[in-house]
Amino acid sequence: MSVGAPRGLASSGQKLITEILHPLSAAEEPLSPGQDVTISAEKDKEPGLTNGTPVEISSPASASVLLSRLQLDCEPEADAHDAFGSGEPRDLFVTVNDPKKHVSTMETYITYRVSTKTTRIEFDLPEYSVRRRYQDFDWLRIKLEDSQPTHLVPPLPEKFVMKGVVDRFSEEFVDTRMKALDKFLKRVADHPVLSFNPHLNAFLTAKDLNKRQGLALLTKVGESVKNVAGGYKLRARPAEFSAMGEYLDTFSQKLGTIDRISQRILREQSEYLTELREYGAVYSTWAASEEQLQRPLEGVAGCVTTSCGALEDLSDNMSQDFLPVLREYVLYIESMKSVLRKRDQVQAEYEGRLEAAVLRKQEDRTPIPVEVEKCQDKVECFNADLKADWERWQRNKRQDFKQLLTGMADKNINYYEKSQAAWESLIPLLQEKQTEDKTSETN
Amino acid sequence: MAEDVKGESVASNDESDRAASDESLSNTMLTEGSCLLRRMEICVAEAEKRSGKNAVSMQETYTVYLVETRPMDAIAEGRNPPPDSLWRRYSEFELLRNYLIVTYPYIVVPPLPEKRAEFVWHKLSADNMDPDFVERRRIGLENFLLRVASHPVLSNNEMLYHFLTKEHGWKEMVYETGFQTKADSRLRALSATFRVRSPHKRLVEMKHYSDGLQSHTSQLLRARTRVADRLYAVYKVHGNYGRVFSEWSAIEKEMGDGLQSAGHHMDAYAASVDDILEEEEHYADQLKEYLSYAEALRAVCRKHELSQFELEMASQDLISKKQQREELATGIVRTFSLKGMTNKLFGQEAPEQREAKLNLLEELIAEGEETVKEKTAECDEHAEKAWADIVRFKDQKDKDLKEAFINYALMQISMCKKGIQVWSNAKECFLKM
Repeated sequence: MSVGAPRGLASSGQKLITEILHPLSAAEEPLSPGQDVTISAEKDKEPGLTNGTPVEISSPASASVLLSRLQLDCEPEADAHDAFGSGEPRDLFVTVNDPKKHVSTMETYITYRVSTKTTRIEFDLPEYSVRRRYQDFDWLRIKLEDSQPTHLVPPLPEKFVMKGVVDRFSEEFVDTRMKALDKFLKRVADHPVLSFNPHLNAFLTAKDLNKRQGLALLTKVGESVKNVAGGYKLRARPAEFSAMGEYLDTFSQKLGTIDRISQRILREQSEYLTELREYGAVYSTWAASEEQLQRPLEGVAGCVTTSCGALEDLSDNMSQDFLPVLREYVLYIESMKSVLRKRDQVQAEYEGRLEAAVLRKQEDRTPIPVEVEKCQDKVECFNADLKADWERWQRNKRQDFKQLLTGMADKNINYYEKSQAAWESLIPLLQEKQTEDKTSETN
Repeated sequence: MAEDVKGESVASNDESDRAASDESLSNTMLTEGSCLLRRMEICVAEAEKRSGKNAVSMQETYTVYLVETRPMDAIAEGRNPPPDSLWRRYSEFELLRNYLIVTYPYIVVPPLPEKRAEFVWHKLSADNMDPDFVERRRIGLENFLLRVASHPVLSNNEMLYHFLTKEHGWKEMVYETGFQTKADSRLRALSATFRVRSPHKRLVEMKHYSDGLQSHTSQLLRARTRVADRLYAVYKVHGNYGRVFSEWSAIEKEMGDGLQSAGHHMDAYAASVDDILEEEEHYADQLKEYLSYAEALRAVCRKHELSQFELEMASQDLISKKQQREELATGIVRTFSLKGMTNKLFGQEAPEQREAKLNLLEELIAEGEETVKEKTAECDEHAEKAWADIVRFKDQKDKDLKEAFINYALMQISMCKKGIQVWSNAKECFLKM
């Protein structure tokens, strides 16, 4: 039983399903992770929700009413142009920049400045600036995954780099990594649910990120999803989730192919560059032994050199900007597939329990236990979250790849423009000498 | 069969522009004195395959080229007479050239297109029968004839005229001149190492220059081949994008069309390199021409060295004979010689013998002086004529190569424009994704 989830962030008082108190758990901790954030070890048990708006508690304690409620609450299609799937203007802006190297006796590492501007009341101040290292981002991601298992958490750039193979402190590496971290954080900040996660808040605001403290603010959903019982076999995966899985498999494959092609092009370009350099050098050598032809030959050598420089820029760009984004998406796809698998598990558990309960009911009229209904809710929540995130992911993917590929086209155009300009400027130089010769002949 | 088509007329040359060099060539001709090309329009129009038996009665396939000529005065008058034509093989062109080299040792004789395909980048055919190679050779042969027919000295040669007009019996005519014996003896002499006592400074400089020109052009040709191979690879790999974009577009909804179209452009990009590199071969041919020209230049300098050497040998011989005469006449032995020693030991010869010897020597000395006079004149004339032609050659080379570089730059610009076009098209498709 999958539910159509409202597209966007709760707006005008409407909440996502996860933010609405479960009718059966009015007295318990709320499902929503969007708590008033105070960085304390204690969990706030108040049933408050984000934005400080009053809680809407539905009185009838049945799943079907919840369903109808959802259908009523169902928002019309979110703006197709709203890339972030949010019906509201953005109110949380984050940036990662300014890498700095830290040298201590134990280790050397890089930190990045994380700047935040926000109007959200979950944040005490409108602006923050902290320094974080890769480890901290990794911590954040793990926490997000743990506490929001039904959502797609964006990937981080690869953690491990082979020392000796890649220079972890080279400008290119640091810059590439920083851009990926920036992208990660921006995606989280734009997510209607993840952006309200207290771990994110801590990450953005705490002077010292105490990662060991028990800021394990697991939600009911999070807890329950984590503790999904294994051993259940999935009976009928809804077609749309199967389609998602297939799409991800094929897409991942294609991205891998594109990666390989791009790497091959880079290799060939590098060899081409080597030969081109030698080729240009021959013109220079020849120029030294000529009189009238000296300047023309040097001119040609100069054009070849310019082309070499332009080609180098193109290659650098591809390896620093293009390839990392491709690889990031492959990681993204992997994490999405694992979320899909989790969803399957949750559904499988529900199906299993339901079947058992139905059988018992038939036998001795035992009513369907609460547990089963909770499972059903779990499934519905998960499916709704996933679908919403999927749509968002698809939109972002489209934007990202549009940007990536047009960027690649631009860089190539740039390369040819630079080369063309050099050769065009050579022509008058070559021609003007000719007319000089002609005039000297007729004299 | 060809007819005699001599006519004096100052006509503009409106031969067809097949190679860029033709353009500059026609300009050069007009400023020179009366030469064959001003009287006769020449072109190498076609190529054909023939089969026949060769000298050792083996069946062979070879290519013949159609040499067409038309009288300039008729063209100038607006008549459009059909050309006279005859077929020539590459080997006959070679024969003509060898003849000219021997007959005009002080002239930098224009080179023929390469006998075998060299400096070939890997996708280019090295097969002499390949149509592209044959076509480029046709252009090269035409270029050769135009250069020779516009040369102030070479264009007056009779064998050249007959080459253009007399299909059968031309080869025999050339052999009858006996140039081959001269060729053989010169060749032997040139390949020997000899040292010249007082070398001609400017010509030695030219020889060194020709070595440099040869080395630079061949280095450039080699490097260009490697560059061409690499460029080919870069372009072709992009074709793979075409395939994967197409496959990817199949699983996309909104992005599908844009991706698919972009893929087509990537295919077009990959395909475009073939034309680009084929065009560049023309540039390579221009460089190859001057690689061969460098050899021709070197040969002129070496032949002068040989003349100089022969002159010095002749002078040396004369001096020693004069010395011998002096010894005989005066009886004084100035330098150590076996004769001197034997004379001292065994006494001098009888006066009649000495008289005979003296007379012989006088004859030889007279001959020797003639020889030295001839050789000196020959040497000086060679140097003078050679220098004049070298100056002409230098100007031609500077002009031709500058033009070649301009054409090369234009080719590069064209390549860039094509690249920009394709990637702009692809970009538009991406934007529609």
